Amino acid sequence: MTRVSGNPAHRLRAPSALVAAGLLGLTTACGGGGGEGGEVTSITALDYNLAEPQNGATESMLQECGEQAGVQVEREALPREQLMPRLLQGASQQELPDLMLIDNPDLPQVAATGALLPLEEAGFDTAGYYDSVLAVGTHEDTLYGIASGVNGLALFTNTALLEDAGVEPPATWAELRTAAEELTQGDTKGFAFSAIGHEEGTWTFEPFMWSNGASLTDLDSPEAVEALELWAGMVEEGSVSQSVVNWSQADVNDQFLGERAAMMINGSWQIPVLAEEDVDYEVVPLPVPEAGGEPATPMGGEVWAIGRNGAEREEKAAEVLRCLLSDANMSEWAELNAYVPAKEELAQRLAEENEQMAPFVESVPTAQARTAELGVDYPDVSAAIADAVQQALAGSGSAEDALAQAQQSVPES
Amino acid sequence: MLLRVGFLAPLVIYLAVFFGYPLLANLSMALREYTAASFYTGEAPFVGAANYAAVLADPVFGTALGNTALFTAGSLVFQFAIGLALAVFFQRNFPLNGLLRSLLLVPWLLPLVVSGTVWRWIFDQEYGVLNQTLLGLGVIDQGLPWLSSTSMALASVTVANIWVGIPFNMVILYGGLQSIPAHLYEAAALDGAGPWQRFRHVTWPLLRPVSAVVLMLGLVYTLKQFDVIMVLTQGGPANATQTLTTWAHALSFGELDFGLGAAVGNLLIVIALGFALLYLRGLRAQPGAPVAGRRG
Repeated sequence: MTRVSGNPAHRLRAPSALVAAGLLGLTTACGGGGGEGGEVTSITALDYNLAEPQNGATESMLQECGEQAGVQVEREALPREQLMPRLLQGASQQELPDLMLIDNPDLPQVAATGALLPLEEAGFDTAGYYDSVLAVGTHEDTLYGIASGVNGLALFTNTALLEDAGVEPPATWAELRTAAEELTQGDTKGFAFSAIGHEEGTWTFEPFMWSNGASLTDLDSPEAVEALELWAGMVEEGSVSQSVVNWSQADVNDQFLGERAAMMINGSWQIPVLAEEDVDYEVVPLPVPEAGGEPATPMGGEVWAIGRNGAEREEKAAEVLRCLLSDANMSEWAELNAYVPAKEELAQRLAEENEQMAPFVESVPTAQARTAELGVDYPDVSAAIADAVQQALAGSGSAEDALAQAQQSVPES
Repeated sequence: MLLRVGFLAPLVIYLAVFFGYPLLANLSMALREYTAASFYTGEAPFVGAANYAAVLADPVFGTALGNTALFTAGSLVFQFAIGLALAVFFQRNFPLNGLLRSLLLVPWLLPLVVSGTVWRWIFDQEYGVLNQTLLGLGVIDQGLPWLSSTSMALASVTVANIWVGIPFNMVILYGGLQSIPAHLYEAAALDGAGPWQRFRHVTWPLLRPVSAVVLMLGLVYTLKQFDVIMVLTQGGPANATQTLTTWAHALSFGELDFGLGAAVGNLLIVIALGFALLYLRGLRAQPGAPVAGRRG
């Protein structure tokens, strides 16, 4: 998911739900270049790449690809939190952008409206892509979205702090727990992760559930409980701050930068942020329950999708999208954002050149789509998991009770 | 006649477009299964009271309702008491009175996102100024989880909200105090009334209409309070600070179930409306109070 740039204030532009929900239907949609019939001279694009350098890169790539396709691309960028409300508002006017960038767990919601063009219809060639990357763009066996690059989670460790304490980067849960304890000294906590009460917290917890063999449809299984007990245990022991329940991933990164956490779970997109600061760190795969186990990280990142706006505009949009996904553009994008290219060959090349990206590349083939099991029910269950994590960490219930309650939100199939 | 319509029309149109339509849309949305797909297809099957039933049966509903009640009551009581105390204090003449009074307005002028962010920093468990101060004074021996424990978070966000609301209460009550004729205090003093008796028998009864307005506005404002909680805790941890507004937002824009969100929103409107009716009845029962439409 989700490069949340900056602070939680971004989340606040939405007015209270009452007003917003009421006004959604009221506001007239704008946008939508090109006419009905006639020659298509411009298409629209919507994304949430607001932080630099992504903002400038998206703009120039879209313009370049637009030129090649012979259309003007009118791009609009919104904060991530406003993207879904805006898409829904557009959908209510039957006016979706021609090209849109959607966070992958949100894709089923948009695809379920029927407003997206199946990419097979547009004749997309998916050869060379990781199967796991295609899976996150798929809803009910149809490919609607395609990623230029993906991201995932890994363990970041502060090299100096680990050396001082004589600790090796941990590979198993047991090692993680001891390492976190030994690294906790004075103002510095051993370990940090985001356990905030929404998707960001859920997706950070999922690799722990999954690598222990738990599934999203069976939240109260012993495997899931064990994973949550690991987290709760480290908070209780004081090697993880209880404040993680209010930390976004950007906050966690700040803690790591300020040396208030010696290790953190975070996404590859933090690498450019860390590069600007004076910090020496290593990236290793997420610790697994037992030595030799497979890490199972959720697949993160955004997918491009095409809105159903008539054959001619769809054709132009597809042409622009094909250009965005060219090998050269894909590699450039990946390098700029510290994303893993969606094509295996390019990803392997990146892993050889850049050792910090290697753990992320390694995790892609086994990375799981969060919505694979639940589809449009995912947001509901995600909220319940985040709640359960908070309940166990903030000290008001056992991991078992918290997850048993969360299980109630899983639809019976 | 035409002129009358001409003057009335803008208001009626404004109300219909910006209040009537959203309200009706919200009422209708709450009776439908309104999901993300509904926006595109326009199909939102009518489900009657199912959304209300689902919301009322949800364990979060009780939590959110209780939190809303505690948050609102706590905010109102302390905002009003502290605001009144400050207003009475500033009634005296002393140097820098005007300056201090203006400075106290600052919390009201700050955008809520800014106040919220500052409070988030104050309450931070590890390096927040509150814990550092208490630790330094030796009151506590380890930092308290002001915002990250389910048992303390609600009290903490309420404190932040009280701080935000004090200036509003102070300013309006101060205005009310200014309108109480000074000779009443002189007469009371001549009759031998002390400071407490003057407050109890002159200030308090004459301030009642103003107090009622302040409390009513404060109530509506606090019931729909959203920003402070959103910045501080986003309703967490584990729904500990979830109020009806933040829950409605989470249901609509987090879980994309707009029908449920609308139902919670409507319940909130009904609660606010209930209090507004109580207020109006209270005014009618009270002779001499400024009721709209009352003529000589």
